[in-house]
Amino acid sequence: MRKALGAAGLLVGAGLAIAIASPHFMTAFNLENLLRRSSLFGILGIGATFVIVTGGIDLSIGSIVCLVGVLTPWLLVEQGVDPWIGVLGLLGVSLLLGTLHGVLITRLRLQPFLVTLCGLLVYRGLARGITGDQTQGFVGGFRGLRQLGNGRIPIPGIEGFTIPVPFLVLVVVAIGAALLLGRTVWGRYLLAIGRNETAVRYSGIDADRVKILAYTLCGFLSGLGGLLFTLDVGSAQPVDFGNFYELYAIAAAVIGGCSLRGGEGTILGVLLGAAVMQVLQNGITLIDAIPNNVEFAVIGTVILIGVVTDESVRRVIARRRPEGRGSIP
Amino acid sequence: MTPRLSAHGVVKRFPGVLALDGVDLDIRGGEVVAVVGENGAGKSTLMKILAGVLTPDAGELRLDGAPLLLPDVRAADRAGIALIHQELNLADNLDLAGNLHLGREPRRGPRGLGWIDRSRLERDSRDLLRRVGLDLPPTTLTAELSIGQRQMLEIARALGRSARFLILDEPTSSLSAAETERLLGLIAELRAEGTGIVYISHRLGEITRIADRVVVLRDGARTAELSGGEIERGRMVREMVGRELESLDSCERALGEVRLEIRGLPMAPEAPVLDLDVRSGEIVGLAGLVGSGRSELLGAIFGVAPRSHGRVRVDAREIPPGSPPASVAAGLGLVPEERGRQGLVLEGTIHENLALPGWRRTSRRGWVRSDEARANSRSVVRSLDIRPGDATRAAGTLSGGNQQKVALGKWLPLEPVVLLLDEPTRGVDVGARLEIHRRLQELASAGLAILFASSEMEEVLGLSDRVLVLHEGRIAGELPRERLSEEAVLSLATGSEAAP
Repeated sequence: MRKALGAAGLLVGAGLAIAIASPHFMTAFNLENLLRRSSLFGILGIGATFVIVTGGIDLSIGSIVCLVGVLTPWLLVEQGVDPWIGVLGLLGVSLLLGTLHGVLITRLRLQPFLVTLCGLLVYRGLARGITGDQTQGFVGGFRGLRQLGNGRIPIPGIEGFTIPVPFLVLVVVAIGAALLLGRTVWGRYLLAIGRNETAVRYSGIDADRVKILAYTLCGFLSGLGGLLFTLDVGSAQPVDFGNFYELYAIAAAVIGGCSLRGGEGTILGVLLGAAVMQVLQNGITLIDAIPNNVEFAVIGTVILIGVVTDESVRRVIARRRPEGRGSIP
Repeated sequence: MTPRLSAHGVVKRFPGVLALDGVDLDIRGGEVVAVVGENGAGKSTLMKILAGVLTPDAGELRLDGAPLLLPDVRAADRAGIALIHQELNLADNLDLAGNLHLGREPRRGPRGLGWIDRSRLERDSRDLLRRVGLDLPPTTLTAELSIGQRQMLEIARALGRSARFLILDEPTSSLSAAETERLLGLIAELRAEGTGIVYISHRLGEITRIADRVVVLRDGARTAELSGGEIERGRMVREMVGRELESLDSCERALGEVRLEIRGLPMAPEAPVLDLDVRSGEIVGLAGLVGSGRSELLGAIFGVAPRSHGRVRVDAREIPPGSPPASVAAGLGLVPEERGRQGLVLEGTIHENLALPGWRRTSRRGWVRSDEARANSRSVVRSLDIRPGDATRAAGTLSGGNQQKVALGKWLPLEPVVLLLDEPTRGVDVGARLEIHRRLQELASAGLAILFASSEMEEVLGLSDRVLVLHEGRIAGELPRERLSEEAVLSLATGSEAAP
């Protein structure tokens, strides 16, 4: 919870600084866009969180985003597949890819880094191969379906600001994820595995199944994210669609309080982390004094400062209180 | 002049605890000083101060009469003081020579380039290994050593740094009988060569054999110093605990029906197989030397170790191999050998640990019922007298005895029918050990079937209704309560007597 507070502080601080530096920040149009982008990355971040709390990592998120993002318009427009079948089929594929990662990691005892690194390479290669590297788009069609990504819902009584549909999707996903992590047996197991997998096994718990669940959820949420991204933008280039998105998702989880050693993390924190990432990116675009091409450097520096501060605070607290790390109620 | 290391009035505070309250300690070259006390008495803290790992809040250290400041481990190293940790600090991937000289490899060639003088490294290593009686080439990979050999390697490393004072913290807790003998022999040799040795152990039998003096600590203060004829088991326990300890009464229990049924389970690949029944109300001990296959046997029953053939049944219900979830569902519980690695989530709270195996039960269709789980944990904390009783503390901050109670207590809410325990009280102090033994007897009286493995003779003799003695992966013999004696167990365990 403390780390989520830190992320909230960072979000407010960065927001205020950018609002002062640029008059365009606090406009309804910009905030709406920010909310949409944060929601999309929040979905990916939640997926990454499930894997990270078990002490694992998923590097394939961006490539699954690309695979689903590129193949959705390819199936629907080029191949003329029924939208229901196409969309549900691709979501199913992304889910199964996650399961495959989990099975390889638990049954063959391969390292998560390695398995998902291969996933990163394979899925992007597949997406590029299948489409012949051609940009795929909806060419103005499928307006109903695309509402899922770019739709806006007016708030009664408020003019000018509308709620982006991906935000509603995120709310549903986040509530589900928070309940899973906080209120179910699976959530207890996920967190305990991140702290000591051996002790979990020795407690008579099928740790492998729990880990497979984590990778499956991550795969599915990557696919869902990819779908919403492509519906929002309207077209996708196989070469760079979803590039680095796994790193954004992991960074969001870490800013939001996940420990890469596992055993720690909250859904609220990850959502705030995803928002921090988007606000920083937005600020760099809006503030003229900062050239756009230093974007990565700025984001990297801010995250680094954040985790260093957090670690220092943690040490001071640990010296005062010999209590359990993040006690679960 | 004999070298002499002394500590005067050493005080060390940790948040909320006064770990050491004005302790004096004096070690001369050529003597073995044993430091004993219950867990939490301050032994390890005192040793860490002598080795420069911690700095005292008050008091001073002196070496040969001159004040000695030890701001860090390197300073202690220069002063010739070496601490051999309970957890051995060796790099598995290096060979013996590499570990012996880690950080001080002989160099050759231009300064600063860091070329290692391999031939000198190996020559020096051979000498050191010979001194501690390790008959292995210096190019052996450290990962291949047994725990006992690692201990010897650590001592050789300290000797290589010309240590004049050696501090050994629980050196024999995971050694076999033969390895323990070799270590005690080596200590005697080092003493004769003039090394000052501080020896910490819960095994009072070893201490009566090798110690010239015994310093007893209790609650951070020094309560007694014994020497000569005063070094005797009962006296040490009395000083450590501060009261007379009642001994464990063997209680007669009515045996019920067979709860655990083992048929044709191999103790090791190619080894003879084991048949065993454990009844309700019965406590069966597995004795034998380290490496006799006890842990593997318990692991194979529970499903955390492989089981190629043989059958295990709990209440006539077949347990499939390699499936701890099925074992737990059938009513088995295992308190494993290494509580820090296998038994507990050290970073988790006491409550999280106590609730972990029981989440399935304290949930409805996957949704956890936190209130019920918390109530369970509270009742376990009360019934086992886990201290401190605040269940939101991290399990890792508890003393060894209380950690062990948590590792045992997490099974209680599941009301198991068979409990397997591997070294139920390793590294646990005398008082807590007695409490755990009492509780196990109570559980057996209430109908639990208990199978435990232990390398501590006292535990095997005091707790068991029946003892199976293992030797090199087979059952050397079975001893009923009437025929239980230290001699009987030892002669079977060392293979000096055929099975009766």
